[in-house]
Amino acid sequence: MADFLFFVVFVTAVFFIGQHIQKKHFASLEAREQALLYLPAVVGRKVFNDDDVERAWLVHGTVVVSGDYFKMMLAGLIKFFGGRISAYESLLDRSRREALLRMKEAAASEGAHMVVNVRFETSKIDGGNPSQQTTGMFEMLTYGTAIRLKAQ
Amino acid sequence: MIITNIETVPGRTIVEHYGIVQGSTVRAKHVGVDCVAGCQNTFGGELKGYSQLLEESRNEAMDRMIKQAQQLGANAIVNVRFGTSMITQGASEILAYGTAVRLE
Repeated sequence: MADFLFFVVFVTAVFFIGQHIQKKHFASLEAREQALLYLPAVVGRKVFNDDDVERAWLVHGTVVVSGDYFKMMLAGLIKFFGGRISAYESLLDRSRREALLRMKEAAASEGAHMVVNVRFETSKIDGGNPSQQTTGMFEMLTYGTAIRLKAQ
Repeated sequence: MIITNIETVPGRTIVEHYGIVQGSTVRAKHVGVDCVAGCQNTFGGELKGYSQLLEESRNEAMDRMIKQAQQLGANAIVNVRFGTSMITQGASEILAYGTAVRLE
């Protein structure tokens, strides 16, 4: 009984701490996205005139994330019935936005005007092991070509 | 060395193609980093130690690709792509590849 009680307290604590971290992260993402609105990152590559380009170079941003213990349990439960696993959706969404922001920040620090041909990549680094209660890790990678235009 | 992931280097002319160049590295996790990550794993979110590790490995893979291109006499690499794959539990391969070219 004591064991079960401890487990419930533990999972509840993890849930609230995880939720708090997520809320803080979303707030910071929104602020940084606003600050970098002047620097468009686009998937296309014919958005500039070749003659106007001063410099082009590769930039990338990467982030490694894992889901929390509560979310993993929830996901395990949902997987039984099928359907959307919103716990993971929000995690992947915010980590991809973080990777995109890091790429933009790297481009902005060298004076880029835009990032073209942006590619996203998601890969599993560690599968996670339910028997050892690990959740698995993902890497979000974003890369593209930063373009600096000549002064007109 | 100019590196882009589009087919050309804007504003420059490609005069010679040297074919594909690639660089890769296989990294395993570090016990110290792993302990910290294990704790963070409980609460979810970013694992900074791993982000850094992958950043370093990716730079190393790119350095190897650049070295290969330099040996061929290239001064730019275009159409660069990245790949990451899990080789075994806890070890991943980071791959970077592209086309080595010489610009005018």
